[in-house]
Amino acid sequence: MKVTINISLKEGVLDPEGRAVEASLSNLGFNEASEVRIGRQITLDIDAEDSARAHHRAARMCESLLANTVIEDYQIEVEDAE
Amino acid sequence: MRVSIIVFPGSNCDRDMMLAIESITARRPALIWHKERQMDNCDLVILPGGFSFGDYLRCGALAARSPAMEAVLDHAARGGAVLGVCNGFQILLEAGLLPGTLVKNKGLKFVCRTTRLAIQQDTHSPLLSSCSGDETDSYLNIPVAHNEGNYFAPDDELDALEANGQIAFRYQPVSDEEGYNPNGAARDIAGVLSANKRILGMMPHPERAMGNGHHSADGKRLLSSILEGVSA
Repeated sequence: MKVTINISLKEGVLDPEGRAVEASLSNLGFNEASEVRIGRQITLDIDAEDSARAHHRAARMCESLLANTVIEDYQIEVEDAE
Repeated sequence: MRVSIIVFPGSNCDRDMMLAIESITARRPALIWHKERQMDNCDLVILPGGFSFGDYLRCGALAARSPAMEAVLDHAARGGAVLGVCNGFQILLEAGLLPGTLVKNKGLKFVCRTTRLAIQQDTHSPLLSSCSGDETDSYLNIPVAHNEGNYFAPDDELDALEANGQIAFRYQPVSDEEGYNPNGAARDIAGVLSANKRILGMMPHPERAMGNGHHSADGKRLLSSILEGVSA
């Protein structure tokens, strides 16, 4: 099962990288851009009997390694093959 | 005095630390490869600086889940002393042995320079007791070298750390110097202690302030205090 995990910084956590990108966008004339936040996407295949199970396992992976839950939130999407 | 230094792929301060410890104890620490699940009993475990696993995923994230860390967790659970420097500090946080996390430097740049640290007087940690004497002894000049040293924790957690005396060091300005905090760390925090005060994580590198050609010998003063504290 194809699983996509989006990891983003929690609200209120300073994102210096996002700030720098926002400043560059502004330099390029994209003044309408604000609140730039940079995250990470992880895609993987999970061998599981159904999507609920795959989702559950992906959440376990996030909690134990993929996300740092002190500062990051994660969001899981499971794509059924059929 | 038995000291073990855990070596991960990408560690690069392990040998400096080994020589620094040996110069104080006259006994060479054991270097333990990260795949070792077993570790002989020792008085102090050190997680050295470097770029373990290429800083992939997050700094220290993969190292924190390596087999040798199981032995370190057991050692810590028995009340054993642990020191993590720079990447080693990041590993301690990722392993859950210390609270909080380290994020990218506020200035987005790798910072490499000597910092002035104020040893906090309310820690009551055996590791710091012989280097936090009178007023003049309460500062350490020790270099940092990192890209992700910006300590972060939620405000209530920072309050709790302060209340429990778990802040070991803060970056300290010389008079009203600006930019004394090299990375934007919350409340100028440069090092923290566990609740039992026997696990210390810090961004500055004491093994790079050992006198003899280094800019400072304060790292030696700190490491001597830690070694004295664990054997007391």
